[in-house]
Amino acid sequence: MKQIAVRILQAFGLVLAVIVLNFMLVHLAPGDAVDALAGTAGEMSPETTERLRAQYGLDEPVTTQLVTYIGNVLQGDLGVSIGNNNRPVTEMIAERLWPTVLLSITALSFAILVGVFVGTLAARRPESGFSHFTTVFALVGFAMPAFWTGYLLLIVFSAKLGWLPVSGMEDLRFRGGWFAQQWDVAKHLFLPALALGLIYIAAYSRLSRASMLEVLESDYVRTARAKGLGERSVLFKHALRNGVIPIVTVMGLQFGAILSGAILVETVFSWPGVGRLAFEAVVERDTNVLLGVLFLVSLAVIIANFLTDLLYRFIDPRIRVSGSANG
Amino acid sequence: MGSRNWRSLLAAVLTLSLFAVACGGSDDTTEAADTTEAADTTDSEEVDEPAAASEPEPEFVEEAGGDFLLRPENVPTDDQRGGVVVVGYAGAIPHTNGAVSSGYAVNTVGPQVNASLLRYNDDYQPVPYLADTWTIADDGLSVTLELNAEARFHDGEDVTCTDVDFSIKTSQANHPFKPMFAPVTGVDGGDTKSCVVNLSQPHPALLIAFSPGLLPIIPEHIFNDGQEMKTHPRNSTDVIGAGPFKLVEFDGSEVVRFEANDDFFLPGLPYLDELIFDLGLDPATVTLGLETGEFDIAAGDGAHGGQVVVDALEDPNLRVSDKGFEAIGSIPWIQLNLRDEVLSDVRVRQALAYAIDKEAYNDVIAVGLNNTAQCGPIQRNSPYYNPDGKCYDFDLEKAQALMDEAGYSDGFSLTMNQSQANVPTMELIAEMWAKIGVTVEISLDADFPDWIAKTVGEGTEFDATWTTLWNWGDPVIGVNRSYNCDNRVAGVAFSNMSWYCNEEVDSLLNDAGLEFDDAKRAELYYSAADIINEEVPVIYLSNQVWYTRMQKSLQNSPESIWGFMDSWAEMWVDE
Repeated sequence: MKQIAVRILQAFGLVLAVIVLNFMLVHLAPGDAVDALAGTAGEMSPETTERLRAQYGLDEPVTTQLVTYIGNVLQGDLGVSIGNNNRPVTEMIAERLWPTVLLSITALSFAILVGVFVGTLAARRPESGFSHFTTVFALVGFAMPAFWTGYLLLIVFSAKLGWLPVSGMEDLRFRGGWFAQQWDVAKHLFLPALALGLIYIAAYSRLSRASMLEVLESDYVRTARAKGLGERSVLFKHALRNGVIPIVTVMGLQFGAILSGAILVETVFSWPGVGRLAFEAVVERDTNVLLGVLFLVSLAVIIANFLTDLLYRFIDPRIRVSGSANG
Repeated sequence: MGSRNWRSLLAAVLTLSLFAVACGGSDDTTEAADTTEAADTTDSEEVDEPAAASEPEPEFVEEAGGDFLLRPENVPTDDQRGGVVVVGYAGAIPHTNGAVSSGYAVNTVGPQVNASLLRYNDDYQPVPYLADTWTIADDGLSVTLELNAEARFHDGEDVTCTDVDFSIKTSQANHPFKPMFAPVTGVDGGDTKSCVVNLSQPHPALLIAFSPGLLPIIPEHIFNDGQEMKTHPRNSTDVIGAGPFKLVEFDGSEVVRFEANDDFFLPGLPYLDELIFDLGLDPATVTLGLETGEFDIAAGDGAHGGQVVVDALEDPNLRVSDKGFEAIGSIPWIQLNLRDEVLSDVRVRQALAYAIDKEAYNDVIAVGLNNTAQCGPIQRNSPYYNPDGKCYDFDLEKAQALMDEAGYSDGFSLTMNQSQANVPTMELIAEMWAKIGVTVEISLDADFPDWIAKTVGEGTEFDATWTTLWNWGDPVIGVNRSYNCDNRVAGVAFSNMSWYCNEEVDSLLNDAGLEFDDAKRAELYYSAADIINEEVPVIYLSNQVWYTRMQKSLQNSPESIWGFMDSWAEMWVDE
């Protein structure tokens, strides 16, 4: 418990540091959100510009703005979107959260299941054609940026074959019942999830192959085989549990990468998630929205790492025991 | 349940769902095929030609007592009315109130929910809209408007002179184009429909400023509550206008959804049941969505002249139009900073102008789709454009001679700044100017605020930048701002960014702004243009032709002189 308390305190300090860093970085760039607003409005008189700067507190020194911002964040207020007619940032993020969660979890689940399965099979016969194919696939899959994969998938499955929709999370003309609506969402989800997941399929298959190769050389696996257990049982019951530990570690560490990948994929597929919101905020210099998304992502990564830690202990009891002994 | 079973269950569920999803293309395929077939059978005409006329004259025009349609020759039958149009839009839309913004996005959706006093036909002539009639007083100091007796806002309140007065005052206080209504001193008429717009001086540009994209009539009873108009919540939430559509959903970065206003004051309109803007799309996604039939029309993707237009011309399901947007008159140009010592020499500026091969620029940057015959500050579609103005045709010898005369035989260096997206343009210009010894150092701007800070901010350091400026229907609105001495304002985008000043030009532009006689007005603009052309504060590169890509089934697409920034009430789908 003490360890968990320490971790929570560390996380709080980290979040605070991230807020300060993000705020300073965003405010170091020349111009501000009112300039961007002037751009979308065509042009703006100096009087209006000053009036709006005062309204949003942008005429205050940066340090004053920072202190005000931190105070507001601690009260759960992420400010309003200047580019979106003063909509509360929390409301905007809340609307976009579910699509990103759906996309990320689908992509990650897909990547883990396929990657681990393929990697395990490849490890079974390391010199087989399938194993070599897995290695090459992993290399190619990992080298292809998600946005590039996304466009390729769109061209093939949407433009050429016409099987799947091009953009969004739903057909805007759609009228139908609940099940039909879920089906519509599933059709829209398939390509973005595949584009985002392919990189991780590659990574997980390569990682699980290497990990399983090591585990399959272990004494206990040899013993299991000597006892006459079937190969499937040896692989999936005995070896996989140990072989999957590095995957769990990497999965936690890669949660942030999944979210950054989601920015690109959501933009290519016009998926209405937090990633696309961040992209739009950058383009429109919508400072509060950008800071809000960065805050949320930082928080999500910290929580994901924390949970990974717990999951890690659950999968490998040795870590739990060792942790207790040390704690 | 053991962990193995749990994993197996999860794997099974996921596999089944993925399999199910993977098999889900059949419906789409059928829909796509149907759409294609419909499109193929409904329009066998040439590209750029609208569909054949269905009925010569709709009955409801006579009923309404005026010819308010821009496309009376293309009216749907009762069976053809209704339907949904989905617009693929690359970009966000902050709100719908064009009284406080000249933004293209705002004024594309704004005229769907708001109505204006007038619309304009293809000949630049006003057409009745909220105003049934308009009369300019002999002395030019007032305009009398009779508002449509049936005109009501979506909440049932009458549109009256109070709303006209409030809308103009809102524009005066908040809209970037101050000259539009600067001479308006007030609107008489109160809560009646007979309004008199009073002016401090004659103002020929007033009527075109009554267009949908320049002055929406917004409800005084909704907005007059003391809140800041630029960020008023009713600009995007529970929007009440008098336009042909009602706003039912607004998420400015995702979707804007309109449904037909059944009580619209112009009978028979709008033809569509629903109009949906799918927003925030990647330009490539817009193109793909157009190809697959997900979108009926593409917008906001900046594809005025590019390969996507060429590709769309070859697509049998699509129509590409180069009609519309004529009043906008967008001119890509190179802005020179006259505060720079070298660039303050007019001979240097002329040399730079002569050294630009506009044809090459058009071919490389716009796939040859723009119009290079743009010689002067007033755009070539305007009645005040002088086609015989000095054009600075590509001539390296003249350019070099002017450089020698100015004492820069060995050339000089300058910086050119713009965003990453405009690097090809800057590299091309740099290559051209290198031929007369001018070395261009390209400086990248992170985004629009960065460009503002570098180009029009306090103590600006730029030498040259590339930008595009719009004429906005009348020179008073969109031209004067770039050349007037008193519009040299630091920090204001699209002001007189070159810091150019010539009192004679100011005087000519001012006189032209007061002149009702079109011939005399044109003469004044010709004279001003001659001086500006000679002094080269900016280098005009072309006149941007706006190409609109759409499904062939789409009828009465936005092809008026204001393009998308007009009411889409007459749009329909021939399915």
